[in-house]
Amino acid sequence: MTEVTRAADVTEQAEDAAAARSRLPDLTYTEAETDLRSAVRSVLEERATAAAVLARTETPDTYDIGLWRTLASQVGCAGLLIPEAHGGAGASFREAAVVCEEIGRAVAPVPFIGSAVIATAALLELGVADLLGQLAAGATTAALAVPFESVPMVRPEPTVRLAGPGASDQPGTYRLTGSVKGVADALPADWLIIPADGVPYGVYLVAADAEGVRRTPVTSLDMTRQLADLELDGVQARLLGAGPAAEKAVATALRAGAAMLAAEQLGLAERALDITLAYVKQRYQFARPVGSFQALKHRFADWWVAVTQARAASRYAAACLAADDPDMAVAVALAKSVCSDTAVLAGQEMIQLHGGIGFTWEHPAHLYLKRAKSSALALGTADRHRAALAALVNLPPA
Amino acid sequence: MSEADLAEGLRAQVREFLSQHDPATTERLEFVRARFDAGLAWVHYPVGLGGQGLPRIAQKVVDAEFAAAGAPTNRPERNGIGLGMAAPTILAFGDDEQRARWLKPLWTGEDIWCQLFSEPGAGSDLANLATRAVRDGDHWVVNGQKVWTSSAHIASRAMLVTRTDPDLPKHKGLTYFGVDMTSPGVEVRPLRQATGEAEFNEVFLTDVVIPDTDRIGEVGQGWQVATGTLMNERVALGAFALPREGGMIGFSAKTWREHPERRTAGLHDRLLRLWAAAEVSRLAGERLRQQLAAGQPGPEGSGAKLVYARLNQEIADLQLELLGGDGLRYSDWTMHRPDSADFYGRDSGYRYLRSKGNSIEGGTSEILRNIVAERVLGLPPEIRLDKDKPWKDLPR
Ligand SMILES: Cc1cc2nc3c(=O)[nH]c(=O)nc-3n(C[C@H](O)[C@H](O)[C@H](O)COP(=O)(O)OP(=O)(O)OC[C@H]3O[C@@H](n4cnc5c(N)ncnc54)[C@H](O)[C@@H]3O)c2cc1C
Repeated sequence: MTEVTRAADVTEQAEDAAAARSRLPDLTYTEAETDLRSAVRSVLEERATAAAVLARTETPDTYDIGLWRTLASQVGCAGLLIPEAHGGAGASFREAAVVCEEIGRAVAPVPFIGSAVIATAALLELGVADLLGQLAAGATTAALAVPFESVPMVRPEPTVRLAGPGASDQPGTYRLTGSVKGVADALPADWLIIPADGVPYGVYLVAADAEGVRRTPVTSLDMTRQLADLELDGVQARLLGAGPAAEKAVATALRAGAAMLAAEQLGLAERALDITLAYVKQRYQFARPVGSFQALKHRFADWWVAVTQARAASRYAAACLAADDPDMAVAVALAKSVCSDTAVLAGQEMIQLHGGIGFTWEHPAHLYLKRAKSSALALGTADRHRAALAALVNLPPA
Repeated sequence: MSEADLAEGLRAQVREFLSQHDPATTERLEFVRARFDAGLAWVHYPVGLGGQGLPRIAQKVVDAEFAAAGAPTNRPERNGIGLGMAAPTILAFGDDEQRARWLKPLWTGEDIWCQLFSEPGAGSDLANLATRAVRDGDHWVVNGQKVWTSSAHIASRAMLVTRTDPDLPKHKGLTYFGVDMTSPGVEVRPLRQATGEAEFNEVFLTDVVIPDTDRIGEVGQGWQVATGTLMNERVALGAFALPREGGMIGFSAKTWREHPERRTAGLHDRLLRLWAAAEVSRLAGERLRQQLAAGQPGPEGSGAKLVYARLNQEIADLQLELLGGDGLRYSDWTMHRPDSADFYGRDSGYRYLRSKGNSIEGGTSEILRNIVAERVLGLPPEIRLDKDKPWKDLPR
């Protein structure tokens, strides 16, 4: 036994030299982060109950805009990543990750990642002050118009093009034509941020209700984050940034999105575990709680261990983004791959360990599975992120 | 005092100590004894017992300062069980006389300690142990057999759990001792393991006489003391995070880079999964360390060893496949008795075999899952038939 302790002791001194090289950021939660968590949780516990979330998936308004306004302006979630100079909270990805965990726990239908993370990160990169101010206030939301399955490390192939100006257009007017399939958080958005090909390749801004914009709700695997297909037909647009700056903005936004989605997956996995644990403690079969059977206890132990590992990965990614750490790319690839796998495991176990009730429509387990699987497919699958890792840490393929 | 002030103060103390005990010329034992007396051995221990009652994290400052000066060490690698398990047990449950008598030679390495817990009939079910201790005036007479005792062949003292009252239920009739391994009647026989050598031993105890002054804790309190020992065992953490690729995965990453001709798509997938898992477990270990340092010990510790054992085994398994034909060779089957366990130092075949022990030693992975499920997740305990009956009436 003890071998473990002993090995640790042995390495302790040899590690002195290596210690400096392996300094890691704070991976715990600060007091401020914990306070923010409580604030978000208390709103979600009241307003995003399982019954409410389920019911909303069958209404035309699958996003809960009322809830979002509360989170956005009252709790201040919308402007977390936006500097105070632009009216935001000047917080960091560490705090944003905590909000994502809570949203994942509740599988809440709010556009936090699409607007307050991805769109915001793009606008920050491009320095679009006026729009950042609006977003920070929580009054409007925006979405980056790329398919949700876009992989952060790969430039999404633009499916929108600059169209020739209309006959009566002023010089310098831009018009966009094309379509983008499966965009997350675009349904409730007031603004669409659209990467488009042409001269210049750029990122453009379009009002979601502008003439020539068509948003078609998609029957999505995950209706707690319903996707939209976009069609643009000569829509008038404002150029936000062009060339490499625009590409960088898209890449930065997608990477931030992947990291924060990993935090959401962590929260989802953790809550699915909590709910399932509570169930097996009070569900009796064979005159004892089913949670007393060792076959299940061991599955729970493994599940819990997976959550502890996912938490470490997610915290590291958030800390690296917050500090603009050069290890950021590795951190995000790790977090998204590990948290995707853990969330899907959680969704699966949640259904199986509930038995028949877990397979019903009334029970929230399917919402967790669907959100877990969809988010695992989104912004780079675990496999894609491991492939990215291979390049980043010099483990080239066969 | 701020952490920085504390660190600066300790560094000054070490420098002062070094100015009086030249590490280059002072004999090793003399040096480490003086270091103990100066309260610079383990600073989180009490004053007078090698420490200064400081927070645990202050220790790394002291160790780093001594290491930088090239000072001789107390050879902690030879006494992992003593330092990691016996010392905290003595501190928590021993009396003043025992602390004064045992802790100094333990820390300096003059006394190597081993752990006489497991028996042929008592492994996971440690409380079932049968080694008998019978009181005879101011001493005890002990008879029984222990097994899997790592380092017994180099140990001069042992943590010993015995049964003192077979009529009580199993957990109640146990008593704990710090036994002198050189006593007449202690016989240590090597027990050869799958790797070819013998880190561990069988220990036969025949009419071994133990003075009552070597009893740790009250008569009948042995289970509480043993549980205290085992809690220290499961904190499987060094003071610092290893660097990235610092563990077993480093060997595989290196082999992969050096041998493009051995790469296949399937191996690549496995390597990446394990690389990611190993890196994440490194981060999880660091998170745990940070929580402990901040005085918010989380339950994650119990999971760390589960992950560690599984990863070591899977990585060692992959490594053999990365070696091609060399995976078919083994370094050395000769029976010998090493001073300490070495997980990483030998070849890949050794690591493949040695890692199989990781999920058995220190509590099997099945037992650890029970612990996580019950103590962390609050799931109902196993149904037990053995808790309240007299130990002597249990089926076995
Ligand atoms: C390398 C090595 C070094 C060791 N060093 C020491 C030492 O220094 N001192 C010392 O005292 N001991 C030492 N041990 C012994 C070790 O602690 C025991 O081997 C271990 O606790 C398991 O006990 P056992 O071997 O009797 O297996 P058993 O307890 O008989 O277990 C057999 C199998 O049953 C499973 N099992 C048992 N109970 C349960 C349960 N309730 N639920 C589910 N599954 C269960 C186990 O997981 C295992 O798979 C060492 C062991 C090894 C391998």
